[in-house]
Order: sequence, then C-alpha cells, then structure tokens
Amino acid sequence: MPSLIAKRPAVKFFNPATDKWTQPFWDAAVQHRLVGASCAKCGAFRMPPTPFCPHCHSQLLNWVDLPGTGVVYSYSIVASAIMPGMDDCLPYVTAVIALDEAGDTRLISNVVDIPVDQVRVGLKVRVIWDDDWGGMTIPRFTAELR
Amino acid sequence: MTIRDKTAIVGLGATPYYKRGQSAPQTLDELVGKSILAALDDAGLGVGDVDGFAYFAGGFDTGMLMETLGIPEVRFSASLTGTGGGSAGAVGLAAAAIVSGMANVVVCVGANQQGAQRFGSITSRYDATPGNVFFSAAGLVGPGHMFALLARRHMHLYGTTRDHYADVAINIRNNALSNPNALMRKPLTREDYFKAPLLADPHCLYDFCLESDGAIAVIVTSAERARDLRQPPVRVLASAHGGARDWGRSIYWMNMPDEIFASSGHSAVARNLYAMAQVNPSDIDVAQIYDHFSSQVIMQLEDYGFCERGEGGPFVSSGATAFQGGQIPINTDGGQLSCGYVWGMTHVREAVEQIRGVAVNQVVGAELALVTGGPSNVPVSGLILGK
Ligand SMILES: [Zn+2]
Repeated sequence: MPSLIAKRPAVKFFNPATDKWTQPFWDAAVQHRLVGASCAKCGAFRMPPTPFCPHCHSQLLNWVDLPGTGVVYSYSIVASAIMPGMDDCLPYVTAVIALDEAGDTRLISNVVDIPVDQVRVGLKVRVIWDDDWGGMTIPRFTAELR
Repeated sequence: MTIRDKTAIVGLGATPYYKRGQSAPQTLDELVGKSILAALDDAGLGVGDVDGFAYFAGGFDTGMLMETLGIPEVRFSASLTGTGGGSAGAVGLAAAAIVSGMANVVVCVGANQQGAQRFGSITSRYDATPGNVFFSAAGLVGPGHMFALLARRHMHLYGTTRDHYADVAINIRNNALSNPNALMRKPLTREDYFKAPLLADPHCLYDFCLESDGAIAVIVTSAERARDLRQPPVRVLASAHGGARDWGRSIYWMNMPDEIFASSGHSAVARNLYAMAQVNPSDIDVAQIYDHFSSQVIMQLEDYGFCERGEGGPFVSSGATAFQGGQIPINTDGGQLSCGYVWGMTHVREAVEQIRGVAVNQVVGAELALVTGGPSNVPVSGLILGK
C-alpha cells in the first residue's frame, strides 16, 4: 500500500495572536521570509522571540534572514483523530525543525507534501508558506526526495 | 534547615474514579469536598482542625470550600504554579507551611472532572497567545501530541522502541487487574497494543493516560501531632519542586538542549529530592511515576537514577519495574494509564497506602516510596514518603 502524503493540521483549531516580540516574525512570513531573532548585542539566537536575551539581557534584536533550510530534529505522525474536525486532515506530521544558520534554535512546525513514511530524524527540509492560514502566513517544511 | 521528616501525611480520602464525565451530576466542588471530608475522617480530625490549603495547578477556591464545609478559619492558602507537574510538590508546600509555623493542619487536594473539555485535547482550547501560536499552527492539539516529539527523539538517540513503550503500558496494566478501584481491568496484550490507533506516533492509544474524573485529598500535619492520630503516620522525608532553565517551558518551547530534550525534565528535582531525604535511588522500595504518557515513565526512571540515561526502555522490558519480582515496582495501583487519572494525586494516594502497608498490590516491607509529579513546564516535583 502506498504511503499517505503528509497533510496540514486543521485550521479550525488555530487562533492567531501576536505581540511586539513576535510580530516581526509573522510580518516577514507574509513576505515569505523565514527570519530568526538574534540578540543585537551578543548575537545569540532565541526562538520563540522573548523580551530579553537570556545571556546578556539586551532587549535589542536583529531580525536575520535565514536560508529557510533545516533538518527534522524530531517528529510525530498524527494518524488518528482525538476530536471532531480532525479527520479530513489526517495524516499530518508535527515536527521540530533545527534551523540552519540560526544558532541552536528550533521551530515547531510541520513536514508536509511528502509520504509520511519518508519522514525521519535528520531529514533535510526547506520552508514553504501557507498564506491566509487562519489570518496568518504559516511556515511549514517539505523535502526533495530522490 | 530542610523539611526532612518534620511532617507526616495523616489522612487520605478519595472519591471513586469515574470514566470521563460519569461523575456528573456531582459538581467538581462536591467531589473535592467529599475527598476532604473522607481524608479528615480517616485522620480522626474535624473541619475545625484545618487551617491551611496547599494546592498545585492553581488549586481550588479556598473561600468556597470553607463556606460549604464549615471550616472556620484558614491561615495558609497557596498553590504551586504550573500544571500537573506540582502534584507531588503540593505536599512539600504543605510541609513548608507547617515547619515555618504558618499552619498546623493542611489539606492537599487534587481533582478533575472532564465534562465539556477533555484533557487529551486541552491545548487546543488554550486561549490564543503569541507563544502558543507556534504550536497551535502545527496541530499540536494535546499534551500527548507534544510529548510524542520527545519520545521520538529518545528513540533516535538511544534506540528506544515502541516495544519498550508497550512494556510500560502492559506492566502498569498488570497492576490494575487486581485493583477494584481501577477503571481498566482487562489484560492488555502486545497484540492489543500494536492494533491500537496511533494518535500521535510513536504514541498509540495505550500510551495515553485515562481521561477520568475524581478527587483525592491528603491531610498533612507536624510529626509530633501525627503521633496521636488515628492512622500510623506516613513521614514526609522530602519534597522538592522546580527544575532547570534548560527544561523551562519544555513541550511549549521545544528548544531544550539536546541532552535534556529527550528527558522528563526531572533531573534537578531528583537531585534535590534525594539530597533532602538523604537517600539514594537504590533505597527506594516502590515508585509511583507520573504516567500521563508511557514514554515519560521511561524518561523519569532515567532522571531519578533507577537506570542510566537511554537505558529506560530495556530497563522496563527486563521486568525491573514489575510488581512481581521487579527491583523497583512502579505504579502498583495501575497508575494513570490503567487505574485512574486525578492529576497525579492517585500516585500520592498509592504511595501512602504502600507505606501504611494496606495497598492492593502491597510491596512487602516497603519503607520508602517515591512519588513524581507530571513532567511538564517548570515546576515539576517529587516526593519521598517513609514509614
Ligand atoms: Zn545577548
């Protein structure tokens, strides 16, 4: 039996919310730019963006354009619904993505559009964008399989 | 100065465990009140003796409980922050109040009633915040979906398998079979396990704890006062809560350093707990390990030093945690996976019964019992009780 293609989670469970610390990430997303929050003083990346650098307590951030690539650090295949409204989006793959050129930071996201049995830890992935997803533009990740 | 051996649990009360929603039409306050009255009766104390409440996960409305139970005056009412991580630590909060002179007789109570909102999908109902957008967009609809990411990383790093997770679930189910209070009393076979729906691979249905209703209360007082009460005192040897920054918000963060990501986040609390109790893992006779997810049982066994990091899967599969013949029997009542889920208070209850020597699956000669609170965002917590 051919493996199922990884879908997207249900948009109905998503509620947008931002504040001044996360807004630049989502503003860049609208332009399909994956950016990372880097401390303007010491350079350390942090994800998600928070008010202080934990290393030097600077509040100044540089929003750095990232290459949009990374590797799957961990993942989970959601294959069964635990509540109504999930069935149409199964299976989907939740994933933690270790981002290239962003220190040791990781993004909580999804791997999409490839067979779920091809997803593994260490898989190289690149960002793609879902526009108008519950009012925001959401980064997700996919892979070129050979 | 520590709280070591200065207080004791002297009363224990519980409602029956109900399948999700089946405690209705009783209200949540009613369940809480029933458990408190039962615990006071067990201790031989009355509502007039109570002068403190120590909660976790935000607790309950102390004023409401005083109003309905007729508790005349309270001098202490506090809760640990966080969620189910604090269940074992609430007893330490009570001990801290008593040792510092802020209260004499403190109620610790936990309860849940899952009517409209199931805990399995609770994160999907959190208010939208700038922080949780990152995981709600990804479809991480419940804690079991989030902890699955830690479980997968553990498999990648250490070679842990779904067979190991199955052995956790089967081990704990075996203990429920003989417990009349347990909700799941049918044997769980490996075939059943592997046929179950994969809710969040590698977690299947049997890796998730039960969704149940119920309330459990314990009464804590000073070691001196405990001597004259109805029940043999269960000594509070240590209770610790907190955790490391590198664990922090854990499943809501997912940026923990690699050596901590695939863990339960309990190592700092375990170190402080053993130091306070002045015991080692090998001294513990029975352990009640917070089992919201089978994978997290394996990671807690590692964090509490019962085996090396990465060895938790083979350790469980070797039978080391079995009630019959295991070196460290765990979740002897059937745990939250198979007996009942009351935010970790079931584990406190079972540890008290083991130390009293009245447990259904009694570990012969049990003198030291470990209880852990739920791996979650800081604080997590632990408790060591003694005879
Ligand atoms: Zn800095």
